[in-house]
Amino acid sequence: MASGAAPCGLVAFVKRDCPTCALVVPVLRALADAGPLTIYTQDDPDFPERLDAVDDTSLEQSWKNKIETVPTLIRLERGRETGRAVGWQRGEWESLSGVDRLGTDLPELRVGCGSLSVDPRHAPALRARFGGAILQARRVDLEAEDDFEAMFERGWSDGFPLVPPTAERVLNMLDGTTRRPDHVVAIVPPSLVECTVEKVAINAVMSGCKPEYLPVVLAAVEAACTDEFNMHGLLCTTMPAGPVIVVNGPIRHRIGMNSGVNVFGQGNRANATIGRALQLVVRNVGGGRPGEIDRATHGNPGKFSFCFAEDEEGSPFDALATSRGLAPGSDAITLFPGEGPRCVVDQISRDPESLARSFAVNLRTIHHPKLIIVFDAILALGPEHARVFRDAGWDRQRLTGRLMELLDIPGEELMRGAGGIAEGVPGDLAGAVLPKFGPNGILIVHCGGSAGLFSTIIGGWAGGDVGSRPVTREILR
Amino acid sequence: MTRTILDPTNETTPATRPRLPRLESLAGVTIGLLDISKPRGDLFLDRLQENLTGVGALVRRYKKPTFTKPAPVDLRQQVAVECGAVIEALAD
Repeated sequence: MASGAAPCGLVAFVKRDCPTCALVVPVLRALADAGPLTIYTQDDPDFPERLDAVDDTSLEQSWKNKIETVPTLIRLERGRETGRAVGWQRGEWESLSGVDRLGTDLPELRVGCGSLSVDPRHAPALRARFGGAILQARRVDLEAEDDFEAMFERGWSDGFPLVPPTAERVLNMLDGTTRRPDHVVAIVPPSLVECTVEKVAINAVMSGCKPEYLPVVLAAVEAACTDEFNMHGLLCTTMPAGPVIVVNGPIRHRIGMNSGVNVFGQGNRANATIGRALQLVVRNVGGGRPGEIDRATHGNPGKFSFCFAEDEEGSPFDALATSRGLAPGSDAITLFPGEGPRCVVDQISRDPESLARSFAVNLRTIHHPKLIIVFDAILALGPEHARVFRDAGWDRQRLTGRLMELLDIPGEELMRGAGGIAEGVPGDLAGAVLPKFGPNGILIVHCGGSAGLFSTIIGGWAGGDVGSRPVTREILR
Repeated sequence: MTRTILDPTNETTPATRPRLPRLESLAGVTIGLLDISKPRGDLFLDRLQENLTGVGALVRRYKKPTFTKPAPVDLRQQVAVECGAVIEALAD
């Protein structure tokens, strides 16, 4: 029992607009005659008449005591609750109060009504008012300014409007995770500051996320801030890449993600806001802003948000996260440092060898056909292309292996000056054969609409030890 | 009516420190040359080393493991302890 109530005795919560509360008024009189009784009334301080009810129209005591139904009768001993009865049940009330023959002219049992403190019209505001103490973030008071303009002016936006992160919305967002608000998720570059679950939730609210998306955002923030993923370098580079989130597992369906038509495009709230939330965390918590630490020459539109789900059900292959070591069926994200997507058109190939060759000649061009090894890639296999490999019985390993073979390139083609192009690999490479990609450098994902003999390539930036490695993480609620 | 929202930033204020005074002379001063592992940074630093030693400076060379990540703490400490000034070759 919260402070403010009698340390011993009985406490009742009632409202006038409840027939059961009206029914038990004679019982409350009997209890008041028998011993200490405090009555909190939610809607009318004059109810019940002549019983000196305490005005709880603010609903503070009702909220703090987690009252869901009125009437509720609570027994206190030395300030601690030792029992409660919900609604009217003669036996329970007699047992709780120690008073016999209560309300003998009343029915044995009568259910109560909903407490105003859990009414959806009041509950969010009550939680923000009385439960907001768990939030540590600085409060920013907005007076005459327009809320949306105020957030732009403070530099919090990526260029699009933000949802104002009120305490109500942030508390609601935090319902999406079991983690405590003050739990430190990661050390976020470039400022290398601790980022709590609460700060992630604030940025997720601003991004437009629903609470059920929060675990995906948390996993993405954790993955981005690993030494392997090297968000610092990805942010600082003049290259156009940014974090790309690929989601696997049943959570894709639970939160309504898109893995089909227009998978990299607009129109799906989860896809759009999860990727944006990660970037807002990097911007607002990490301090990574374009023109400051972010030095991208061109950047790419995916730096607003780049997040999508794999179509696992339609895929001829295992899920991306499974291929990267997680148990099948895991909820997981794979974070990839990627540039913008680029289409591969092949409307003629109907055998896997021909289609693999089409992919290979396109994959070779990532960043430059004469530059090798340091760039990874996602190959997003469209369903109509995937069908060719399914029909031929190729699995992920076979396609990946064949692509690696096809992307072993004669050194003569790569050397500086070869083809009349100064750019290329330094040194005399005559007779050498060099791979376009390092080990595990091609990540195959199945996604996209069911029509169109197309796939898509998403190039990486500096990979391996010198840059960023893709990171796969389980999504934990 | 006042509306209250929560601060999405890290709420820290960057520390500001005054710059060290400019060196009066390079003679006898140890100058660190930091290669960040970008291509051709070494060529630039080789040339600087010639010039610096020509005016009597002592030169120590350092190298980051990769240009994409901040210098390791140990390396930063080492440079700070061993040098009077440091020059970094930033890009190719």
